[in-house]
Amino acid sequence: MSEHAHTTEEHGHDDHAGMNKAKIWKVAGILSLITAIEFIIALWAIPGGHIPQHIGNYIYIALTLLKAFYIVAYFMHLKFEKLGLQLSLTVSFIFIIYFIVLMLIEGNFLNLHMLNH
Amino acid sequence: MNSVSQLDQVKTGPWNGGRSPWSVEYGKIMMWFFLLSDAFTFSSLLIYYGAQRFSKLTWPDPDLVFQSVPGFANSGYPLVFVGIMTFILIISSVTMVMAVEAGHRRSKKEVIAWLVATIIFGFMFLGCQALEWSHLHHEGFWWGQIPSTEELKHLFDGPVSLVAAQQFANLFFTITGFHGFHVFSGVMINVIILIMTINGTFEKRGHYLMVEKVGLYWHFVDLVWVFVFTFFYLV
Repeated sequence: MSEHAHTTEEHGHDDHAGMNKAKIWKVAGILSLITAIEFIIALWAIPGGHIPQHIGNYIYIALTLLKAFYIVAYFMHLKFEKLGLQLSLTVSFIFIIYFIVLMLIEGNFLNLHMLNH
Repeated sequence: MNSVSQLDQVKTGPWNGGRSPWSVEYGKIMMWFFLLSDAFTFSSLLIYYGAQRFSKLTWPDPDLVFQSVPGFANSGYPLVFVGIMTFILIISSVTMVMAVEAGHRRSKKEVIAWLVATIIFGFMFLGCQALEWSHLHHEGFWWGQIPSTEELKHLFDGPVSLVAAQQFANLFFTITGFHGFHVFSGVMINVIILIMTINGTFEKRGHYLMVEKVGLYWHFVDLVWVFVFTFFYLV
């Protein structure tokens, strides 16, 4: 029991080291800024012909992953957890990456199939 | 020889029960792994959506489908309303981290204030979601239901595909519905821990770890929205 209490306390201490109010607002600002950039691309850059749609899509996805990183690392505090927990929660997504590749290839094949018929 | 038997020896290593290897409380680890499984569910839905979109020659243009701001304008403002929704969710995430941060300092009053703010923003998001749904429903979209070909012409960039329109409608309502259900559950859980905070349950317990666990869930809901926003409204 005392061991457990100690662990919690230690963890609480780590938390203080990780995030404070100023940092929280900074991360919130970054998230808002990224969203604002997405809006600029969607409402100005692509309709105005400054960026082609398919390049824009790659930028959207990169910005989305960046936002996801900030939410998971700072808001969900994963950056300040032990490496073991970080790895077990992130490496698992290798299955999702595989699934994305698999299904998009499949979708692409169906698309070609439709063109030929 | 040592008179202490093997079993009675105090274990000290991190992976044989001596101390917590991740120094994360049990409930929090379980919340993390629940969220991992939930992330897989949402990923599957979004990947299916992607596969469908890749397989179709045309797809409804999001800038044409989503261009109303309820109570302000019926058309001509793509992304504005969903932008407001995204912003509401980001702000609610901030208020939730603030509640967690106040919990570390065991400041009951601040935890209550930030939780109330989070709940209000949660309800605001749900309200916006309801308006978005009813708007699309009025246009004729629903599970298994799409507007007439004549009306669909205004929503496609290229030639109209009825199958693509139907898949879009089904997946939009399924995925945003599943996400909205998560938001609703999150708000309910937030209400529960708000009541527990007011009752002083966490104060008696000596820590506000429960607020952290619920916070994880709430940020996850925000995280999923980031992806839904990109793949339904931007791409």
